Amino acid sequence: MRKVLIAGFMMLAFTLLAGLAIAADAPEGKSAIIQYTVLAAGLAIGLGAIGSGIGMGTAIGGACEGTSRNPEAGGRIMTTMIIGLAMIESLTIYALVIALLLLFVRPGAA
Amino acid sequence: MAADIHPPVLTDYIANPLFHSMESFWNKWDVGHSDLNNVLNTWIVMIALIVLAVLVKNKLEIIPKGSQNFWEVVVSTLEDIVVQTMGEKGRPYFPLIASLGLFILSCNLIGILPWFQSSTNNLNTTLALALVSFVTTHYVGLTHHGAKYVKHFMGPVPWLIPLMLPIEIIGHLSRVLSLSFRLFGNIFGEDLAIIILTMLVPFLVPLPMMFLQVFTSFIQTLVFIMLTMMYIVGSLEEAH
Repeated sequence: MRKVLIAGFMMLAFTLLAGLAIAADAPEGKSAIIQYTVLAAGLAIGLGAIGSGIGMGTAIGGACEGTSRNPEAGGRIMTTMIIGLAMIESLTIYALVIALLLLFVRPGAA
Repeated sequence: MAADIHPPVLTDYIANPLFHSMESFWNKWDVGHSDLNNVLNTWIVMIALIVLAVLVKNKLEIIPKGSQNFWEVVVSTLEDIVVQTMGEKGRPYFPLIASLGLFILSCNLIGILPWFQSSTNNLNTTLALALVSFVTTHYVGLTHHGAKYVKHFMGPVPWLIPLMLPIEIIGHLSRVLSLSFRLFGNIFGEDLAIIILTMLVPFLVPLPMMFLQVFTSFIQTLVFIMLTMMYIVGSLEEAH
């Protein structure tokens, strides 16, 4: 019974969202480029941060486990972890640069 | 929008008249108003570092006192980092790595003070620093190995050359890209986050972000010099 209720509510929510999307009319011309650019900028940084977050979590988990097994090597492990985090972070920074490029340099629009 | 809003900088007094008086010249070369501020701030950092060093240089003593203590800590920390990463053969490269590290650290940190700008928040400065690292790597490799440096770009077997050569060249060029963009993205993103937070809530809320700014400045300097050292070690060792 509970599962049926949850499934029913989710179908209702999706129908309402679909109605919202259909209600927005497709933009044309110059405002189209600006609207799609803003959407692209948001998607760029949002999707770019997913993998980086997962990777950093794995890295820090490995560092914590290594330190707990061998507390004397804690300093070296932390140094390696910091450098690894900066490497992983740089991929999200590339996505951020694309988002900033789309927002401030605005290729294709005025 | 927020990229045009920059906090007031001391070098505005020089850059504003300079930009407006020669505006056609700057526009021909696509130099913006913020680029002038940027270069002037690198000069400020350079002058500050040179003056601080010269003040200590003439009064060096065996038993350190005063500011010599501070510089001894800084130099010995940098020496530890260089020797641990590169081994003993890295000592000739210590002045380059230490200067690069001190310059990048000062450029990053000075943006926290109210009337100054982090010069590394512009892609031009970070690209220049990444090119220094790139040219050093290949210069060191060429002088150490001579013409046999090309063997670094070939693979392990001769018939793999048409595959390995473009991959290695693209890999080396992407080092410039990644070094410059990592430093630029971190520092510019941090500055932009603080500007936007200050526009929204100017009281007390940007403070945790400014703590993060100090932390990020140190970490990005460390990553830059660690990567440069590893590239130099990679071009010094024998080709596989």
